Amino acid sequence: MPSLPFSEWDGKVSEIKKKIQSVIPGGAWNPLYDTSHLPPEHSDVVIVGGGVLGLSVAYWLKRLEKQRGAIKVLVVERDHTYSQASTVLSVGGIRQQFSLPENIQLSLFSVEFLRNINEYLAVVDDPPLDLQFNPSGYLFLASEKGAATMENNVKVQSLIKEEHVPPGQQGLPKAMLALCPSMGFDSGAVGLENEGWFDPWSLLQGLRRKVQSMGVLFCQGEVTRFVSSSDRMETPSGEEVILKKIHEVHVKVDHSQEYQPVECAIVVNTAGAWSGQIAELAGIGKGPPGTLQGTKLPVEPRKRYVYLWHCPQGPGLEAPLLADPSGAYFRRDGLGNNYLGGCSPTAEEEPDPGNLEVDHDFFQDKVWPLLAQRVPAFETLKVKSAWAGYYDYNTFDQNGVVGPHPLVVNMYFATGFSGHGLQQAPAVGRAVAEMVLEGHFQTIDLSPFLFSRFYLGEKAQEHCII
Amino acid sequence: MDSLILFIKDKAVGSLTSMVAELITEEVSQLSNGKSHCKGACREQRSRSSPRMLGLSSQICFSQSGRQSLRLAAPVWNWGTGSIRGLSRAVDPEGIQRKGRTLFQFLADRFYDVAAVREYLLRKQVLKVHQKNRSFTYIKERYGPYVAGAHFILKQGGAVKFQDKEWMRSSGRGLSFLEFWEFRAVPIEAVDASGCAINYQGLDHLLALKELQSLSLRCCPHVDDWCLSRLHQLADSLQELSLAGCPRISERGLACLHHLWNLRRLDISHLPAVSNPGLTQILVEEMLPNCEVLGAGWAQGLKLGLEEQSQDTASSPIPA
Repeated sequence: MPSLPFSEWDGKVSEIKKKIQSVIPGGAWNPLYDTSHLPPEHSDVVIVGGGVLGLSVAYWLKRLEKQRGAIKVLVVERDHTYSQASTVLSVGGIRQQFSLPENIQLSLFSVEFLRNINEYLAVVDDPPLDLQFNPSGYLFLASEKGAATMENNVKVQSLIKEEHVPPGQQGLPKAMLALCPSMGFDSGAVGLENEGWFDPWSLLQGLRRKVQSMGVLFCQGEVTRFVSSSDRMETPSGEEVILKKIHEVHVKVDHSQEYQPVECAIVVNTAGAWSGQIAELAGIGKGPPGTLQGTKLPVEPRKRYVYLWHCPQGPGLEAPLLADPSGAYFRRDGLGNNYLGGCSPTAEEEPDPGNLEVDHDFFQDKVWPLLAQRVPAFETLKVKSAWAGYYDYNTFDQNGVVGPHPLVVNMYFATGFSGHGLQQAPAVGRAVAEMVLEGHFQTIDLSPFLFSRFYLGEKAQEHCII
Repeated sequence: MDSLILFIKDKAVGSLTSMVAELITEEVSQLSNGKSHCKGACREQRSRSSPRMLGLSSQICFSQSGRQSLRLAAPVWNWGTGSIRGLSRAVDPEGIQRKGRTLFQFLADRFYDVAAVREYLLRKQVLKVHQKNRSFTYIKERYGPYVAGAHFILKQGGAVKFQDKEWMRSSGRGLSFLEFWEFRAVPIEAVDASGCAINYQGLDHLLALKELQSLSLRCCPHVDDWCLSRLHQLADSLQELSLAGCPRISERGLACLHHLWNLRRLDISHLPAVSNPGLTQILVEEMLPNCEVLGAGWAQGLKLGLEEQSQDTASSPIPA
């Protein structure tokens, strides 16, 4: 050995150290085959998908567990660069202007979480998180038809937020009117507090850092198979029901045929736009249509474009995130008269979600006319860049799916939020953790969001969707 | 199960005497840094009472899971490094760690008990701020919002001016019982909360003062953008606002001051978290046309291209 040149000596030493470690008791004794690059063989909870919802579930599971270290959590994420993840491609808005009370409560808790993020996600010796929150609020405009719905929504919101909205305040404050002088609308609603937009990447990094310090394991791989065992049970009315329980998850490593069967007790599906595929792997939806076995998870990826443009005469520092009744929205970005915005396409114009290519003609034909109609200054603008991201779109009622599946008893969902998942992630993570640990929702009751509504046909329709 | 798992934190290790231990540490930290999973690393040992062995034998039985260490965001005394930690630490955390590691911090990285003590001390400081900002519901119900607000500000070390009275400052003792009775219906017109540890919750007291005309929040360490978004409730009366020197306020918070349509004087100088003070001042002046904005000055940050230009400006004004 002394005859080797110095540079090779280092490599030899590390190999010898690896061998020593595997021999020392307590390490994994695999003298033949080194599996340190694979995920562990056992884990109590496997979270499929490492976006903001998956990390939020992991955080709350570790935070609400009864004893420190009681639960082993593994987060499986296919792409560690998050290049297609909805979280980081999102515009980052947070609002409480919803029509369903559950959505309002979820947003309220999430905003309180974001406000105190340095108490929730503090890691020793690391710098504090700066979410770059802009508390400028959301301004929803209503056409004449939508004015009554908006009034109702505002009443529901003020009940839940325990605020008093003075009558007639549904008309905009003077400061907002100054923004766009020639608006042709009757009413709108603006959130003055606890609404705005923030940087989702820093939230993701903060959660990831905290969750790693709490002992959650991460692994880069793709879930290819669920191995489950079934049980035949009878309902009180005599019908036979087959209950399945997933006991193994096969995680395949990138660029290789290797996979690791991870034995698990609970699987949480937070795969975002790809949750439908994961649900199919677990056997959800395989059955005659119209039965509970045949009810698929109705979440599919929908592509949405976001454009960044520059307009020198545009609205100033005080501009909120403006949402037009036609579906177009925009917000200020930074101090240099740059604006971010987009529009949700109608059902006929839905782009193909196969890739994340941007269609610039969509901006020219559909988005720009709507913007220019609402804000005359936007008639002269220059598009600087654009990107596309996926909505985990719930085709049933555009609201999230939270909670366990009735037949695959240990698969929990936290997906399908159709564009408002980021702003509800902290609260939904807590709800799923409560469901897993206690068996029922404790703080916010999300029973309208359970999976069974797809079979029973009860829509939890949300009217204020951008 | 006693599993002797070698797992040392992936940070700069202090001084270990043995070379073997150091090499193994380095190797494991590289392994755990590069691949973010360590087999068996999540196994939790709750043996708080059993002592751990440091050093040569490199058999350290603990893991990092579940350590809910808290760290304050405000500039506070850091017991570990022995210096004031502010928000500008984001620049080079690794370098600062290597420089300022004391024995306490070294031990806290390796022993659960010491780490728990550190957490407790930090948590106590957070709770102290919360305690200072608790709400005085009894005083508010009995004597009214003006007395509750004045009591809150005076307890924190600020100053309060009731209508038609002089400024009152009371060095942390709040209002006396007689003063409760005397001032129960007298509105407050000016508050000086400079340097007070007022935060989002504590702002409730100030927002109940509907006749407040002048508010000074200079150098308040816990006032941030979220707090500014609440000030719209004082829009009808507030005429003077000073936010100079607050370390957490950025231009995003200043954007929500446009609701204060009555504001006549605004001081936004010396805000370290504002990214572009000159441009921000111009935008704020545009946003609040009736208000006199005292800030960094729009010329700050403008570069003079040639040296002759700078000499010219010194000798004679440039024609507009």
